[in-house]
Amino acid sequence: MAGRTQPIIRTLAVGGAPAALLLMLTLGTLVAVFLRADGVGALGPAEWAAIRFTIWQAFLSALFSCVLAIPVARALSRRSFPGRALLIALLGAPFILPVIVAVMGLLAVFGRAGMLNAGLVWLGLPPVSIYGLQGVVLAHVFFNLPLAVRLLLQSWVEIPAERFRLAASLGMGPAEIARYLERPMLRAALPGIFLAIFLICLTSFAVALTLGGGPRATTVELAIYQAFRFDFDLGRAALLGLVQVCLCLAASVLALAITNPSAFGAGLDRQVARWDAAGPWLKAQDVMALALTAVFLLLPLALITLRGLAALPGLPEAVWAAALRSLLVALGSAAVTISLALPLAMAISRASAGAASALETLAMIPLATSSLVLGTGLFLVLRHYADPATLALPVTAAANATLALPFATRILLPSARAVEADYGRLADSLDMTGIGRLRLLTFPRLVGPLRFSAGLAAALSMGDLGVITLFADPQTATLPLQLYRLMAAYRMEDAAGAAVLLLGLSFALFWIIDKGARPDARA
Amino acid sequence: MRKSLMIAGLLATTTPFSAVAQDKPVLTIYTYDSFVSEWGPGPAVKAAFEADCGCDLQFVGSGDGAALLARLLIEGADSPADIVLGLDTNLTAEAAASGLFAPHGQAPALDLPVGWSDPLFLPYDWGYFAFVYDKTKVDTVPSDFEALAASDLKIVIQDPRSSTPGLGLLLWVKQAYGEKAGGIWSELADNIVTVTPGWSEAYGLFLNGEADAVLSYTTSPAYHLIAEGDDTKAAMPFDEGHYMQIEVAGKLAASDQPDLTDRFLAFMTTDAFQSVIPETNWMYPAKTPEAGLPEGFGTLVVPGKSLLYPADEARSIRDEALAEWQAALSR
Amino acid sequence: MLVLDDITILQTDFSLRANLTVAAGERVAILGPSGAGKSTLLALIAGFLAPARGRILWDDQDITALPPGTRPVSILFQDQNLFPHLTVAENVGLGLRKDLRLIQEDHARIATALDRTGLHGMGGRRPGTLSGGQQSRVALARALLRERPLLLLDEPFSALGPALKAEMLDLVAEIADQNGTTVLMVSHDPEDARRIARRTILVAEGTAHPPADTPGLLENPPPALSAYLGTK
Repeated sequence: MAGRTQPIIRTLAVGGAPAALLLMLTLGTLVAVFLRADGVGALGPAEWAAIRFTIWQAFLSALFSCVLAIPVARALSRRSFPGRALLIALLGAPFILPVIVAVMGLLAVFGRAGMLNAGLVWLGLPPVSIYGLQGVVLAHVFFNLPLAVRLLLQSWVEIPAERFRLAASLGMGPAEIARYLERPMLRAALPGIFLAIFLICLTSFAVALTLGGGPRATTVELAIYQAFRFDFDLGRAALLGLVQVCLCLAASVLALAITNPSAFGAGLDRQVARWDAAGPWLKAQDVMALALTAVFLLLPLALITLRGLAALPGLPEAVWAAALRSLLVALGSAAVTISLALPLAMAISRASAGAASALETLAMIPLATSSLVLGTGLFLVLRHYADPATLALPVTAAANATLALPFATRILLPSARAVEADYGRLADSLDMTGIGRLRLLTFPRLVGPLRFSAGLAAALSMGDLGVITLFADPQTATLPLQLYRLMAAYRMEDAAGAAVLLLGLSFALFWIIDKGARPDARA
Repeated sequence: MRKSLMIAGLLATTTPFSAVAQDKPVLTIYTYDSFVSEWGPGPAVKAAFEADCGCDLQFVGSGDGAALLARLLIEGADSPADIVLGLDTNLTAEAAASGLFAPHGQAPALDLPVGWSDPLFLPYDWGYFAFVYDKTKVDTVPSDFEALAASDLKIVIQDPRSSTPGLGLLLWVKQAYGEKAGGIWSELADNIVTVTPGWSEAYGLFLNGEADAVLSYTTSPAYHLIAEGDDTKAAMPFDEGHYMQIEVAGKLAASDQPDLTDRFLAFMTTDAFQSVIPETNWMYPAKTPEAGLPEGFGTLVVPGKSLLYPADEARSIRDEALAEWQAALSR
Repeated sequence: MLVLDDITILQTDFSLRANLTVAAGERVAILGPSGAGKSTLLALIAGFLAPARGRILWDDQDITALPPGTRPVSILFQDQNLFPHLTVAENVGLGLRKDLRLIQEDHARIATALDRTGLHGMGGRRPGTLSGGQQSRVALARALLRERPLLLLDEPFSALGPALKAEMLDLVAEIADQNGTTVLMVSHDPEDARRIARRTILVAEGTAHPPADTPGLLENPPPALSAYLGTK
């Protein structure tokens, strides 16, 4: 499409605003911190060790998440059973949990006093320890396997039904289907998913430290913490923030280089029927994959719920008020996310290859943005214009939206590309532009991914503590902050109750927004 | 449209600006987040001080003591804060070096186990770091770090780089063992289940049974006793003494409310403030109230020896102590 | 009158030159070997690619820089002519109002257009439930309502059977005659050209030649065309 006359300008106009905002919030805040610093020193051996550990644990976490997601997504894509939609939604729950809650849930299963070790001891076997690199990876897989499954499932059901029909008519079995249909899809989809999870794990801090067992498990984000609040060295904090961004860019370039764009064209809107997966062995394999995943992901959540349910009715009023505030922030954050991600995804899908790669990489940067740097940078800039406390909720919503943007963009992009490839010319030839095109073409074709990404953004915002500390105002505490306050006041039982409330609200919000957007509905 | 109006309305009703009565002077106090929470001392302190100051007391909470200082250092001289409340003695050297603080000019009688003469910072509460355990689960209670290291007890501690108790523990071992501190850490390594980013995570892990003991305060069992009627938690008394945490407040030289500021610092060591501390911050008040301490406090372990580095020394020694800690636990 | 004035299209390993004129109201076929650039020529006129050099004129107006939707052009592609999530009536209605804010009168015009293309009563259905021939008719009904003076056909009927295709071509011819529409039709079948196009543009060896008399061209094909047609 190199020579198209108009869209270049339109691309700039559509994608430019969100891209500029994104740059301001990520690199701009980093620059703000740099400018405030008194000088920038070099990185010491401890920091280099932290960088090595960060990359290694992120690599392992992404690898395991992706590999394990394949059988699960395949099983979900080719089986239909009652409760499938609910299972898909529930499997997404760990991803939207606040870190501390998830860690407590994981420890209830895998910890020293957890169910697994109780079982091992009962069987007369030696207990296993979760603390160490294995714990870090386990927790990251717990968080990110749901994301990998969901993104992969989306790619799976986007293989047009006609291809499966063709395969069936040619007498292809599961092996040939895998070779001709599924492997090319995986080849196209997995690098991006791997990258996203790798980047999420790059900025891990609380999980890595709590389950890593000690200073061996020091990540770059912890080093940023140390620079900020132990050494009061803004320069080093900003330098480490820059290291994170560079790691992000390097990983993105690498992932884009090995990504093969999927070559599947448009199919008409028909239900996918699979003729190849009827064998009992394949059925058993799928049942196993789903059952194991469900236990791994849902058991910790069930234990959190059991532990906190009793405290739920007696929660202090302040917690309910915080819950309401968090809900509003989440809805605001979802709205901002969509209004940034949709134009960005549309721009990427219409841009020339080079510009598309650049925008796509840019959209991933928030994943590698330290929320401490983001919060501090925003604080440095905004405090000259308003009392930070009055900005607490809008800033939280905006920051949460920024952090959700990479997910939303990644979810919208394949469908945006498909719409552009399949119907872009037709819409252009009919002079469909602006709101009309959005209403008649983009929204109806993208309704599934739009609802999914809005739900995800809302839920992520619910659980995020993120940047609020510098802007916090005692009167506008969000639910996660209130949860931490309960813990800090020794009220661990109320905190457990608040965790259940948070879990329930995040999930309900996600479910309501995403409902009807099951990926096998008309995509 | 409706939704955004709702959000705007919510913001308007909850932001301090709209709550400010125009004629009253505003006193802005920076503190750590748990001080201002519903369950911290903040609400009671605010009510008591506003009762007769004719002013509006605004608490601004951010993170913990170290985050608080970081924020202040970022803002520098044009910080809107009049008072910073919630630094501990491991942070005051850095705070004093910033030149942002002015002498408090107060000389109240205090009930601290150590003398106090800092011209810039005034204590409002204090406590001893200690390992807290469950009496029903631990039979042999170690009497010092060496005994703890030799035992097979599992402990959770906090990271000194991200947590003030973690930093306190670092200096505790350093002051008790000096040159031998690195060795103690090496021996403790197999007792440490994990290192958490903050106090809350560590204490939560302990209560969920992940460890036999957790680094906290000698006053922690008082919470369980008073608030929950649970007397199973206790602190381990260590023969080499316990490191102290003294929490202080200081006035900012650039404050535009110097009179109110002085008034608050004087108020801080009166009963009205001090009597709130024990059962909200779960620390010892800097000046014991007339009515004495709450009943449960009488059952607490009282260390025979108090350890505390002077602020300057704490600042100069912590990098070396941190390096020892990291080296010992990274092996 | 459509004028391609000294046009050069450059792509990575392909170039096409065109310098030709098509009279208003004329129906012209575009023939040539596969890959010679027949569809590229239509994409150029429709505005999906820009020439490296030269101008496109319609009625003496330079339209080279206009975006596709504002050109005096309707185009029917080989496939993907309809939005599967919209009904037949909505797909047709896009020819009237690109934002589909239709008034009563518009609905009546849509119904008439559907009647004229033999789709009576099918307005409420979705494209996925129609046969290939019916889908082509929907696209044609929309082009009818758009009333653009230039209609480009990029082999939209190639998937239809001979009888059905002939029927569709006749329908195109009938509508074009009534409305005075200029038609450019890419085809790989000389019969199509014979059927409705008096003149034919030959696209071969990097050049789109000026329109020539169709029967003459087909009876005495130049070497490039004769190789393609398989004639001696």
